Amino acid sequence: MRLSETQRLLTPKAASLSSFGMLMRRLHIDGPLLFGLVLLCALGLIVLYSAVGESNRLLVNQTIRLCIAFVGMLLVAQFSPDFLRRWTPWAYVAGLVLLVMVLVAGEMGGGARRWLDVGVRFQPSEIMKLAVPMMAAWYLHDRHIPPRLGQLAVLAVVIAAPAALIARQPDLGTALMIAASGIIVIVLAGLSFRLMLAMGVLAVPGAMVLWTFMQDYQKQRVLTLLNPDSDPLGAGYNIIQSKIAIGSGGLFGKGWTNGSQAQLEFLPERSTDFIFAVLGEEFGLYGVLTLLAIYIFVIGRGLYIAVNAHDTYSRLLAGSISLTFFVYVFVNSAMVTGLVPVVGVPLPLVSFGGTSMVTLMAGFGILMAIHSHRKLLPH
Amino acid sequence: MSLLSPIKDHHSERQLFISRVVLSIIVGVIALGLVVARLVQLQVFEYENYMARSQGNRVRMEAVPPIRGLVFDRKGRVIAENLPAYQLELIPEQVEDIDETLSRLADIGLIERDDISRLRELSQSGPRFKPVPLKVRLSDEEIADFAIQRPRFPGVDFQPRLIRHYPHGGAVAHAVGYVGALSAEDLQRVDPSRYAGSSHAGKTGIEASRESDLHGHSGYRHVVTNARGRQVAAESRDLSDTLPADQLPEPGNNVYLSIDLDLQLLATRMLEGWRGAVVAVDPWSGEILALVSAPTFDPNMFAVGMTQAQFSEVQNDPDRPLFNRAVRGTYPPGSTIKPMLALAALASGATNLTRKRICTGYYQLPDIEHRYRDWKPEGHGPVDLHDAIAQSCDVYFYEISTEIGIDRMAYYLKQFGLGSETGVDIGGEKAGIVPSQEWKRNNFSTREQQRWYDGETVIASIGQGYMLASPLQLANAAAALATRGIQYRPHMTAAIENPVTGDRMLTRPERLGQVEIDNEFYWNSVINAMNDVLQHPRGTAFAAGGNAPYSMAGKSGTAQVFSVAQEEEYEEEDVAERLRDHALFISFAPVDAPRIAVAVIVENGSSGSRVAAPIARAIMDHHLGYADDAAQ
Repeated sequence: MRLSETQRLLTPKAASLSSFGMLMRRLHIDGPLLFGLVLLCALGLIVLYSAVGESNRLLVNQTIRLCIAFVGMLLVAQFSPDFLRRWTPWAYVAGLVLLVMVLVAGEMGGGARRWLDVGVRFQPSEIMKLAVPMMAAWYLHDRHIPPRLGQLAVLAVVIAAPAALIARQPDLGTALMIAASGIIVIVLAGLSFRLMLAMGVLAVPGAMVLWTFMQDYQKQRVLTLLNPDSDPLGAGYNIIQSKIAIGSGGLFGKGWTNGSQAQLEFLPERSTDFIFAVLGEEFGLYGVLTLLAIYIFVIGRGLYIAVNAHDTYSRLLAGSISLTFFVYVFVNSAMVTGLVPVVGVPLPLVSFGGTSMVTLMAGFGILMAIHSHRKLLPH
Repeated sequence: MSLLSPIKDHHSERQLFISRVVLSIIVGVIALGLVVARLVQLQVFEYENYMARSQGNRVRMEAVPPIRGLVFDRKGRVIAENLPAYQLELIPEQVEDIDETLSRLADIGLIERDDISRLRELSQSGPRFKPVPLKVRLSDEEIADFAIQRPRFPGVDFQPRLIRHYPHGGAVAHAVGYVGALSAEDLQRVDPSRYAGSSHAGKTGIEASRESDLHGHSGYRHVVTNARGRQVAAESRDLSDTLPADQLPEPGNNVYLSIDLDLQLLATRMLEGWRGAVVAVDPWSGEILALVSAPTFDPNMFAVGMTQAQFSEVQNDPDRPLFNRAVRGTYPPGSTIKPMLALAALASGATNLTRKRICTGYYQLPDIEHRYRDWKPEGHGPVDLHDAIAQSCDVYFYEISTEIGIDRMAYYLKQFGLGSETGVDIGGEKAGIVPSQEWKRNNFSTREQQRWYDGETVIASIGQGYMLASPLQLANAAAALATRGIQYRPHMTAAIENPVTGDRMLTRPERLGQVEIDNEFYWNSVINAMNDVLQHPRGTAFAAGGNAPYSMAGKSGTAQVFSVAQEEEYEEEDVAERLRDHALFISFAPVDAPRIAVAVIVENGSSGSRVAAPIARAIMDHHLGYADDAAQ
C-alpha cells in the first residue's frame, strides 16, 4: 500500500489532472467531499421543506445558512494545517474564556445559559466542538504515540474542562459530543486496548456520578427511554410519535409531504432533532438507507483524508472530525428510533438550525485544508 | 518540545492510526448496524402496528347527527319541523380578545349584555377550534346587519343549522312539548352512540315520550385531524386516501298525532286570559283530539336557547306557563263526578231512579251540628236522581253518599280511571286521588289522622275534600260515560312513519277494562240526565247547550278553592280572583253515537256551567262540523 501511494505521488500526476481538477486543488477544495456534502444538504433541504410545513420562508432561511456554511468551509480550507496547528492553543484558551463568560454573563434561552453576545450572538460551545479535538491533536502532535498515562491525564483535563463548563449551562448533549471528539483523538492516537477496557469499566461509576449531576429533565429522558409507554403524553410522547412516524413509513414511505405524523403535527421537533423521523415516514426504509449511505460516503472520505494526512496533528484532527460526525449521525438516528435517550443532538446538516451547521462545515473545511495542503512528496 | 519526546516513528505511528481507524470502522459498522436493524424492525416487521397507530392518530370519527322526525297533526299539518336557521358562532382561537368582541356584539344588539359572562365561559371551556353558538337563530335583518360589520369581527361568523321549529308555538306547547339542549341526564336515559353529535333532545310532551322514534341514529364520518384534534381540510392528498367508509345517519321517524290542530288552536284561544286546561278525546279509541294548558309558552324559545332573563321570566311567572295543567294539574273534580256516583248508587242499590229526596238547601249528619250546604241556598225541593244530576243538587248526593259508603264510591270512581295514571303517551301525568279508608290509612301517619269520618264521605260525594283529578282523567271519565263503560287508553300518537320507506305503523286503540255496571237502563238514565244538564231549560248549563243542533251530555262542576265559613255567603265579586272557585265541565257528544268527550277546567273561573261549559261546547261544535254555527 505504501508503495502504490508513493508511486502515485511520484508520478507526474499533476500534468494528467484536468484543468478542473487543478482549479479545485488550487482552491483547496476536495471534490468527493464537496460532492457528498452537497448531496447531503440537498436531501436535507428536501426533507426539511416537508418538515417545516412547506414554508418557503424557512426553506430559504436554511438555504442561506447552508450557503454561509459552505463559504465558511471554503474559507477554512484555505488555511494550511500548520497554520491551524500553531493557532490551536490560542483558539482553545479563547474558547475556555468565552465559556466561563457564558456562565457568568450569558444570555438565557430555553432554561439554559448558552448564548454570548459580543457584537454577534453565538454559542461559545460551538468553538469548542473544533477547539477540543484540535487541542488534543496539538498536544499529541510532537509526542510519542501512543500516549502515556501522564499525558492522558493532561488530555483528560483538556477535554473535561470545556465539557464540564458546557454541561453546566446546561447542555449535556453538546458536552458529551465535545468530550467524544476529544476521546476519539486519544483513541486514534493509539490508546491501548487494555486502557480502553479500563476506561470502559471506569465508565460505569462515571455514569453513576454523572447521574447525580444530571438535571431532572435529563434523568427523565433516560428513564423515558427505558419505558416510553409509561407516560405516552408526557416525557415518552416524543419517542412514541417518532417510532410511529418511522414505523408507519414502511419500506417506501408515505410520500413526500404526505407523512401524516409530520404534517399533522403529531411529531414534535420535526424540523430539528426529529427530522430523521420525517425522512423515515415519508421516504421509508429506502430513503433512510439512502441518507445513511451518503453519510457513510462523507465519513469514509473524511477517514480517507485522515489516513492519507502527512502529520500527526492533521491525521488525528481529520480522524476526530470524521468520527465525531459519525457519532452525531449515530446518536441522532439511535435517539429517534428509541435506541438511546433523547439528548438533543441534531441530525447533522439536515436538521433546521444555523450555528452547528457552520461549525460542522468549518470542520469539513479543515478536512479539505488537510487534504489539499499535502505536499505531493513525502518528507 | 520535540526534543523531550522520543523520536517519532512516523511509519509505525501511521500504522497504529490506521489500526485504530479500522477499529473505529468496526465499532461504527456495529453501531450503524444496530440502527439499521432497528429501522428494519420498525419499518418492516412492525410496520402494520405503526401504520395502524398513525391512522389512529390522524383519523377521527366525527359524529353526524340525524335529522329529527317531524310531528304532524291528525290531518297531516306540521306541528314540529326543522328549519334551517343561521346561527351566529364564535371560534375562540380566531378571536384575539373575546371580551372585547362580545361586548361589541352586544353594542350592535346581536347578543344580550346579560349573556356576555355565560358566553365568555362557554368560549373558554371547550376546544379552542370548536365553534361556540352565540345566537341560535338570526333574523334576516340581523344577518344583513352582521354581514356589513363582519370585517370588524374576525372569528365570528354565521353558519346554517337545522333548528326545531313549532309553527304554532304555544298552542301545541303542552301536547308536543319541546326540545332543549341535550343534558347529562338526557344522555343517561338514552343510548349515547345514537346521540353522538346531537345537540338537542325532547324534554317534555311527545318530543320527550317519542324521543326514541323522533331522534333517529347518529352516523359518523371520518375526518383527518392534526395533533390538536383540529380537522384538516382533506385536499387531494394521500392523507385522506385510506379512510374507512362513513356511516350515514338514520333520520328520525315522523310522528302523526291524533291531535286536531284546529281544536288545539280553538281551545287555546278560548282559554286565553285564563289559567286552565282543555282535553278532548275520541271516546271510542282514546285518541286525544286536543290537549291544551293555559297559559302557555313558546316552545321555540327552548330550541333556540333562552337568555337568562327570558328563562327566569318564564320560570318565575306566577301563572306558571310551563306547568302542564292538562296532565299534571290535579283539581277537586267537584260535581263532575256526580254522574259516576249516580251510577255507583244505582249499581249498589243505594238509590233507584224514582226515589225522591227533599232538598232543603243543606244536609246534616245524624247527631252533628254541621250543615253541608247545597250550592242553591233555598234548596231544590223534592228531586229524583235525574233532577239531582240535571240541576246538580248537592243534598241528594250528600244523602246517598253515606248509603253507598266511601269505599264503594272509590271502587266505582276508580273504574272510570280516576285516582290512577291513565298511561297516556306523554310523561309527567299525575294520578290524582280517590280517597277511601284504605287510602287514608296509607297516607296518614297517626291513628287519629288515619280514621275516616262520615263528613269526609259527604264532601267526597260532590268531588271535594281529598279527591283530586287531572283534566285528562276527567276527559277520560267523560269518554267512559259516553261509551257506557268501555274504556280506551288515552294516547296522542296516531302513527309513526319511517321517512325513508314511507311505512307507517298505526297505533291500535288499547281497550282497557269496562266499568262493572251492565244495566243499560242505568246508563241511559244517567246520560239522559247529563243531556238535560245542557239541553233542558232547567239544566245547569242550558245556556251553553240549549241551542245546539246536536245532542250532547255534560256535567258542570264548581270546585271550592277555599272553604266558606258556616252561615257565610259566597259572593263572587268579593273574593280575590285567585280564591274564586275553579270552573269544571265534562261533556260528550253526540249522545247516541259519541265522537268526542271533553273536559274543561278554568282555574278560578267561578262557575263550571257559565265559564267552562261554553268552551266545551265550542270544541264539540268544531269537531262535529258545526263550527260555523258556533261562530254566529
